[in-house]
Amino acid sequence: MLSQTLQYLFSGLTNGAIYALAALGFSIIYNASGVINFAQGEFIMIGGVSAVMLTSAGVPMPLAILLAVLIAALVGLLLEKLAIEPAGNAEVVSLIIITIGASIFLQGLAQVIFGKGQKALAPFTGDTPIMVAGASLLPQSLWMMGTGAVIVLLLAWFFGRTRLGKAMLATAHNRLAARLVGINTRHVLAVSFVLSAALGAVAGVVSAPITFTSYDVGIMLGLKGFVAATLGGLGSGLGAVVGGLILGLMESLAAGYISSAYKDAVPFVLIILILFFMPRGLFGARVTERV
Amino acid sequence: MLGFLSRIAVAALLALSFGAQAQAPIKIGASLSVTGPAAFLGDPELKTLQLYVEKINGEGGVLGRRLELVSYDDGGDPNKANGFAKRLIEDDKVDLIIGGTTTGATMAMVPLVEKAEIPFISLAGAVVIIEPVKKWVFKTPHTDRMAAEKVFEDMKKRGMTRVGLLSENSAFGQSGKKETLGVAGKHGMTIVADETYGPKDADVTTQLTKIRNTPGVQAILVFGFGQGPGTVTKNYGQLAITLPMYQSHGVASEEYIKQSGKAAEGVRLPAAALLVANALPNSDPQKPVVVGYEKTFKDRFKQEVSTFGGHAYDGLMIAVNAIKRAGTTDKAKVRDAIEQTRGFIGTGGAFNMSPTDHMGLDLSAFRMLEIRNSDWTLAK
Repeated sequence: MLSQTLQYLFSGLTNGAIYALAALGFSIIYNASGVINFAQGEFIMIGGVSAVMLTSAGVPMPLAILLAVLIAALVGLLLEKLAIEPAGNAEVVSLIIITIGASIFLQGLAQVIFGKGQKALAPFTGDTPIMVAGASLLPQSLWMMGTGAVIVLLLAWFFGRTRLGKAMLATAHNRLAARLVGINTRHVLAVSFVLSAALGAVAGVVSAPITFTSYDVGIMLGLKGFVAATLGGLGSGLGAVVGGLILGLMESLAAGYISSAYKDAVPFVLIILILFFMPRGLFGARVTERV
Repeated sequence: MLGFLSRIAVAALLALSFGAQAQAPIKIGASLSVTGPAAFLGDPELKTLQLYVEKINGEGGVLGRRLELVSYDDGGDPNKANGFAKRLIEDDKVDLIIGGTTTGATMAMVPLVEKAEIPFISLAGAVVIIEPVKKWVFKTPHTDRMAAEKVFEDMKKRGMTRVGLLSENSAFGQSGKKETLGVAGKHGMTIVADETYGPKDADVTTQLTKIRNTPGVQAILVFGFGQGPGTVTKNYGQLAITLPMYQSHGVASEEYIKQSGKAAEGVRLPAAALLVANALPNSDPQKPVVVGYEKTFKDRFKQEVSTFGGHAYDGLMIAVNAIKRAGTTDKAKVRDAIEQTRGFIGTGGAFNMSPTDHMGLDLSAFRMLEIRNSDWTLAK
């Protein structure tokens, strides 16, 4: 009985860690621009698929991971320069719609370049499960959780301690005021796309051994990541991780103790409840907008 | 692009031979899911059609006329499939239609072809396409009901009667679940656990743990396609479950073995003979057909064959044979000839169609395969 519950928890943590990693990417761009980047899932996909392509071409794993992250960062930069920047001072809603278009475009491109099949990346440290009281957990799940924790710490440091991070927050808060105090807001937006693309790629690479990876993997990861980010509070790194883990655990426990048929209803019920009672999510900043 | 090029090529050939052959080409229409979620089905289907249309034309065509393939990509979207069916019938004026990679796309095309009275051979799986029988609609792939029955047959042979079912919440998985539950009683099987998972779930150890802890369960049957069954199998290995695992014909492609790795050892599934072409005994009537198709496809595209491309081969050959026997492309006569298909050996099995059976395959068309040393073998 104990081992059964423990297995449900492990399953939830594994799925939750993937959602959390996906959710983190949404935070950065949201922090810098108030835009929800629906192409975030595609950054995850690019990271995972590039790593698979490079390793199968004989590139050693660490180098392949580095290159995959660089490729995604470059795509992020191009996306910002070619699609977001030309839109100028368009409404946030228009920018969000542009990201949806970019997402479809990147998926199509990936389908042509990488093909349509699903590929698995080799796990970083083998796939012998770790047994705990009769329940088993893959080492890769620990990698995902560890990576998530490190990223949260890095983000906290970046936004709290560095000039660039603070400039990003200032830009998100009030673009005009940020410009008046000498912040190059265009530059900030470009940096935020590069950063979140790189972060998405890291998430894609770390989760690829478990999720498999294919040109359309970003749809699911982007969607669940968005739910997780909203749940935890958009813009909060810690919130993204907690939101992701809660989502994964709730799904798994619902599947285990109620019925797996209702599993997918959990995130939707959860998000309705959260948005109803805590519109800014669990860890979102309590801001009041002045009209 | 390929489709476009090959159409140009066909058109150019036509222009060259126009002096000698004044007759118009026989137009074969197709709407396939070459992109989108069912792309790994639709892609080999289109390649197969292009390859064999070229090949048949190279050998002089049918009834002295060339074949012309007019194909569209519906991306697995039933709305688009419906639109393309309309275009094929009204604008392209094709002589018959092959396709509908998915059941959804097929069912969206059915009302149009029935109304236009044009022969239609579907490449999708579900039973609803041919049950109840529709006058102009045929199909070549095995049904999910046959898959469930074949699995139950094998389980009974191994003395197992209590099954834990894990189905995907996709159209394919849910149709499979319905058929499995429907025929279980007939075969003396009891479904003791009934769980589902999402096609993109990254971890299903919860559902597998639940099935493993169900009292009396003797085997696990998974119904799904794409990466889902791969995840299920990996998790099955991770949990070191000792219950035998059965998969459906939905995983019958090389990718499944690659995804699941060594966890797939010993997994059994029903599939067409095509997957084990070289392992078939020489006495098997299907051997020359499947070996020939495999070689032709591999030589051209440098890629492993899948049963889905095989369904397209069967569909095209049934159509071509019917046109030959009818001696005309008159739609009603071709339809009758398709219905009279008897003893045609395709990649899917021996087809024996009748006015009440528009697929014509029986359980012998499925082989029970077992994965051994990361390869398909015939289960003993």
